[in-house]
Amino acid sequence: MITELGHFALILAALVAVAQMVVALVGAHKGWRGWMAMADPAATVQLVLVAASFAALTYAFVVSDFSLRLVVANSHSDKPMLYKVTGVWGNHEGSMLLWLLILVLFGACASWFGGNLPASLRARVLGVQAAVSVAFFAFILFTSNPFERLEFPPFDGRDLNPLLQDPGLAFHPPFLYLGYVGLSMAYSFAIAALLEGRVDAAWGRWVRPWTLAAWLFLTVGIALGSWWAYYELGWGGFWFWDPVENASFMPWLLAAALLHSAIVVEKRESLKAWTILLAILAFGFSLLGTFIVRSGVLTSVHAFANDPERGVFILLILAFFTGGGLALFAWRAAAMEAKGVFGTVSRETALVANNVLLAVSAFVVFIGTIWPLVIELASAQSRWVFAGGVFANPFYAMGLFDGPEQVSVGPPFFDAAFTPFFVALSLILPVGAVLAWKRGSLAKAVKPMVPVAILAVALGGLAFALQTGRSALGPIGVILGVWVVGGALMDLWLRTGRGSVASRLGRLRRLPRADWGKATAHAGMGITVFAVAALLAWEAEDIRVAQTGDRWQIGIHEIELAGVRDVQGPNYFGEGADLIVYRNGREVGHVFPEKRIYPVAQMPTTEAGIRNGILRDVYVTLGDPQEGGGWAVRTYIKPFANWIWGGSILMAIGGVISLTDRRLRVAAGAAKRQPKAVPAE
Amino acid sequence: MRRLVLILCLLASPLFAVQPDEVLDDPVLEERARALSEGFRCPVCRNESIDESNAGISRDMRLLVRERLVAGDTDAEVTQYLVDRYGDYILLNPTAEGANILLWLAAPLMLVLAGGVAVASVRSRSRSKDVAALSDEEQARVEELLGR
Repeated sequence: MITELGHFALILAALVAVAQMVVALVGAHKGWRGWMAMADPAATVQLVLVAASFAALTYAFVVSDFSLRLVVANSHSDKPMLYKVTGVWGNHEGSMLLWLLILVLFGACASWFGGNLPASLRARVLGVQAAVSVAFFAFILFTSNPFERLEFPPFDGRDLNPLLQDPGLAFHPPFLYLGYVGLSMAYSFAIAALLEGRVDAAWGRWVRPWTLAAWLFLTVGIALGSWWAYYELGWGGFWFWDPVENASFMPWLLAAALLHSAIVVEKRESLKAWTILLAILAFGFSLLGTFIVRSGVLTSVHAFANDPERGVFILLILAFFTGGGLALFAWRAAAMEAKGVFGTVSRETALVANNVLLAVSAFVVFIGTIWPLVIELASAQSRWVFAGGVFANPFYAMGLFDGPEQVSVGPPFFDAAFTPFFVALSLILPVGAVLAWKRGSLAKAVKPMVPVAILAVALGGLAFALQTGRSALGPIGVILGVWVVGGALMDLWLRTGRGSVASRLGRLRRLPRADWGKATAHAGMGITVFAVAALLAWEAEDIRVAQTGDRWQIGIHEIELAGVRDVQGPNYFGEGADLIVYRNGREVGHVFPEKRIYPVAQMPTTEAGIRNGILRDVYVTLGDPQEGGGWAVRTYIKPFANWIWGGSILMAIGGVISLTDRRLRVAAGAAKRQPKAVPAE
Repeated sequence: MRRLVLILCLLASPLFAVQPDEVLDDPVLEERARALSEGFRCPVCRNESIDESNAGISRDMRLLVRERLVAGDTDAEVTQYLVDRYGDYILLNPTAEGANILLWLAAPLMLVLAGGVAVASVRSRSRSKDVAALSDEEQARVEELLGR
């Protein structure tokens, strides 16, 4: 019964969304106030209905209602409660419902906090937001209904993929979706502005917090996913340039560009058209990411062709909203006249450079991700399956293509093609961040940074002298990291103006939070850049067959295999090793790597044993038992591993600090209707 | 029963990336083998190099790489040897040949294009009106007025 109520609530919400879309957009176009006002209650009702529907699905998972197809496929009565709940979005249908829930949550927020927006702009924003949700309601109800029942319910379920039964991955999708979907706000504002034909500083002040929020959720989501890969997949990799990862990284890069260019709109009323274009593209890449992950197109084109219903649906959504947005942009962008002029050397120019680098790097990730697909579609053997028919490949038939049939684009390409952009970004960041608005002086901006540069190069040289081997990667990471972090601190210090050290220190505390947020986020990026380089450059590895009692050396550590025993969990069993870690001959702790088997899902997993340290992790995984006795054991030293995610979290914290800036709080306080409570996110 | 399931699973579960018995005695050759393996894709996995992969075919390829290295092949010869047998598909770093030239040129071309547009727009903007900078005295006066 509860399931049916949830299903009904979802259908009802879809109808409300249709009404909200039509009434708000028509009302705004005709200038009918009553029609425009309808969007506000509709947005709240949509949220309530979808939340009820999501709650119904969650209930079915919690009580293990095996009459639901989705619960059978993704749950098991022995599964711990945490993973019963997170199993709701550990599958296609449920995760799309979560996507939708977050979408309508953002829509409702726009209505609650949008009191100080002009009525027609607000109605248009809510109308566009409803249009996006209509598309996803239709997608869920017609192709991915989570509320499907089974005629003959089985006794038990088939369990959730064991790799997903993990706290890191349990909360990875919600954060990622908050980010993806948060960008729909930027999109709705961009489309609404194009419909209005007007973009001003107030628009920039409105778009920026939403973009910032979306970006910081994406940052946390990506960091969680990377951290999960590090400890779960068994060899301590943290980024693989996998299409699914790239799908989240492209919107992140564009959101980062967007939140910087929105500053220029807000402060200087310049770069308006570009900012609108970025907002459309950023959400376009979010949709593209959803398409890549949900259609399975990049795993295999053929898998996609065999079951194209869902993929084609999302492709249509993607084409409609991105193509429609871009067409509207081409038509109306000329109306966005820039007010603020700026000199060739100015903060604006620095932010333009930031945007060029971020946008082109996103393009590099994009082309590398879709390239295998392009080649496969263009190659001889592929037949195009379209609208039920099979066609010969027109490119090949016309003799336009001659080359390999299938190619792979992997980490070596991305490392080579992407890294230069982040090196360049890191190099210009500290100077660009202190340039004056409108017209700056390069000499004035560079001068305070000279000591930072000297310190960076000196520490880089020290790292080069101390390390074994001649690799330049580690020292370059140190130089970039110190340069960016030092630059962020110097930026804060310069903001305190002139005067005695004591008075400047006093002013430091009273600086606007936006300044603190900026410095924190920039420092976080510096730390991540450093940590990635340091880990790749200074990692150590040991592979061996170890007998109980064996002791081996790796770096300044020694590891001893104390024993291997059976382990038994609630829904898995397997073997666990106990290893003692010594540093400089002194015992400092134990690690317990495991090999697990989840009998229901029939899947083995490895659980690494990690001793987290500030400077390095000791990372041990247990392999197979060997024929002559003993176990395969792999030991890694992962220097500065935690700094990668620490830096990412610092970036997100910078975003949070910036969101609490007085400027935004005052803007929210000016709302006609005070929001009573902040919705839980 | 549990033992039996465990054994069956272990049999079914593929080997675990690079095995101790694969490692070459010569550390220099081994390091080259590892670096090479990171550039070859496991033909049956999703986006994994043979160095990370658990699949049987990856183990065969790793052993093949080491065999060729021990036989005295250069890195390029080993790569060619594997490509001849498994196709271009296994190269994680696509060759800059044929249509792939477009892939490699995409980034520089886009940078030149975007950079060119940006430079042109910034220059036209700065030329459209004369933007006078504040002199040092004016700057001091501004800061005084702002109560700094």
